[in-house]
Amino acid sequence: MSVKVENLSIAYRMRSGDCCPVEGVSFTVADGEIMGLAGESGCGKSTLGNSLIFMEGRMQHLGGRVVVDGQVLPIEDFRAMRPYRMAKVSLVPQYAMNALSPTRRISKLTADLLRSHGVREGDVLEEMKRRIRLVGLDEDVLSKYSFELSGGMRQRVTIILSTLLNPSLLIADEVTSALDVSTQRAVGEMLMEFRDRGFVKSVIAITHDLSILAQIADSILIMYAGRLAEKASAADIVNAPLHPYTQMLLASLPEVGVRYDTTTLTGIPGRPPSLVNPPRGCRFADRCPFARAKCAEAPPFVQVRPGRHVACWKVSQGWPEEAPKAGPGGGPGGGPEGGRA
Amino acid sequence: MSALQIDHVSKLFRASAGGDLTPALRQVSFGIDPGEVVTLIGESGSGKTTLGKIILRLIPASSGTVMFEGSDISGLRRTQLRDYYRHVQGVFQDPFSSYNPIYKAERVFELLRGVYFPHLGQPAWQAKISSALQAVALNPGDVLGKYPHQLSGGQQQRLLIARALLLDVRLLVADEIISMLDASTRVDILNLLISLKRSGLAILFITHDLSLGNYVSDRTVILRHGAIVEMGDTVKVFGNPRHPYTRNLLTAVPELHKKWQPPALGNGTRPAAAPGPEVPAATAFDAPPLTECEENHLVAEDRA
Repeated sequence: MSVKVENLSIAYRMRSGDCCPVEGVSFTVADGEIMGLAGESGCGKSTLGNSLIFMEGRMQHLGGRVVVDGQVLPIEDFRAMRPYRMAKVSLVPQYAMNALSPTRRISKLTADLLRSHGVREGDVLEEMKRRIRLVGLDEDVLSKYSFELSGGMRQRVTIILSTLLNPSLLIADEVTSALDVSTQRAVGEMLMEFRDRGFVKSVIAITHDLSILAQIADSILIMYAGRLAEKASAADIVNAPLHPYTQMLLASLPEVGVRYDTTTLTGIPGRPPSLVNPPRGCRFADRCPFARAKCAEAPPFVQVRPGRHVACWKVSQGWPEEAPKAGPGGGPGGGPEGGRA
Repeated sequence: MSALQIDHVSKLFRASAGGDLTPALRQVSFGIDPGEVVTLIGESGSGKTTLGKIILRLIPASSGTVMFEGSDISGLRRTQLRDYYRHVQGVFQDPFSSYNPIYKAERVFELLRGVYFPHLGQPAWQAKISSALQAVALNPGDVLGKYPHQLSGGQQQRLLIARALLLDVRLLVADEIISMLDASTRVDILNLLISLKRSGLAILFITHDLSLGNYVSDRTVILRHGAIVEMGDTVKVFGNPRHPYTRNLLTAVPELHKKWQPPALGNGTRPAAAPGPEVPAATAFDAPPLTECEENHLVAEDRA
């Protein structure tokens, strides 16, 4: 089966009002699929990931549901979620390198974790050792403390721990971000290998790094300010992005071989809108060079051709490629610009 | 004259009380000219931040000399050191930790004023601040009077660069200054560094990200286990890497339009093929000698 998220909305309660970092989000992840989830900081990608497994007290479920292998997850009920965690849905949290307790050896930590999920350590220990060898580590990491391991080793141990019970869905939040390029590659390849061997069925890899997703992901979902902007296969996103935000995001990435004296890269002017009382229309409109009056209405997230979903009037209504008269975005804080054509 | 000249700098740390000395830097030598960006690339544990700290006089070198504009920095005391920091400043990875969250962000400017501009009048001081903010493309209304948490990471980082520009800064040590920023704001900071470089600032750009280093720098120094493995003109080092370590690093860089190729070693799936951070014991204290393989491109002997 697969993972299906339908119209999910999550809010944080705050004194200054509700902040809604996940709004009406729907997508599916097939078995054996690694879906990348990318966006700028504060776009709601980690909140979305966390909400599928661990709703913190300050998070509020406003609506929508999550179906994994045909079962609806009781995500709003912290206690009822317990049997699903680690067994069905597992998470490698952000800063996972610091997730291992410094006062316990890895083996003790593993035993505690398994006991709390009702699994006897003896039943899975051999498999754990096998997986440790598989990712190129030595079995004696089990007898070490976390601070005796390097960042990359800790990250690999954390992923092995999270996937020990063969969950249907693994949410990997920024697993490669704090690592060196060679370790990054090792961890990325490890995720693919675990998927290939069936240790996890589906993976949602959350990151701000599109180039790592181009390597490991089958499909990529781009989020902007709490809403979905674009979903397509990794190759389509990287080679032929449709949403102006995706296009600008890709244009701001330097590649090896690109230098300042030959190519000047540009960032995206402006900042994402506040998620407390966000603008009613398209949330990217005030940074978008293509924005028109129509963008004051929120664009629906629709399939524009097979396998390609976009939330953008320009794409769904087929506006021409050239930007209206004003410069990019009309500057931060400027409203949607450009009249009707 | 080069702005900064580092000559055979080594740094030894004692890993634990009574333990052996571990070299963090081994015989590192290179220079930075005014108006030049030198990128120092290395994996974690390669000693790149240690070198940045030595240049900023935050820790002393165990041996070797660091010369700034022709004078050795190791003997600087009090007022001399204060003058040194007038010309040499650092910006670090986590912008948020450079601010005191209780005070407004512009306090980083006021702290400088007390030390360096005690007699400057208010109008002149304000003019100085607004010209520094202008140089980093910040709108004073957007940042002044705000607390650090009200600013984005990019704004915080620019504000810290503006702080350095208030002084007569000639060398900027930029240690991983953009690794915590979003891709969309990263490039703006890089372009800012390039415009500062064009106005004559010497910049040491420390990073582990090869594509960012490649974009911004004139020369590249690649550090491994505290020793230089390859250095020279950025185009030559990236276009024609000679050392196996550099080549290995370049194959691991995730690129948008090119899939990772199977590594030369191992069966292609096991991460064990990745270069590890172990220091080879036999070569621990001296560094492999560098030879010139083409003009402006030096490579170390491969001892692996």
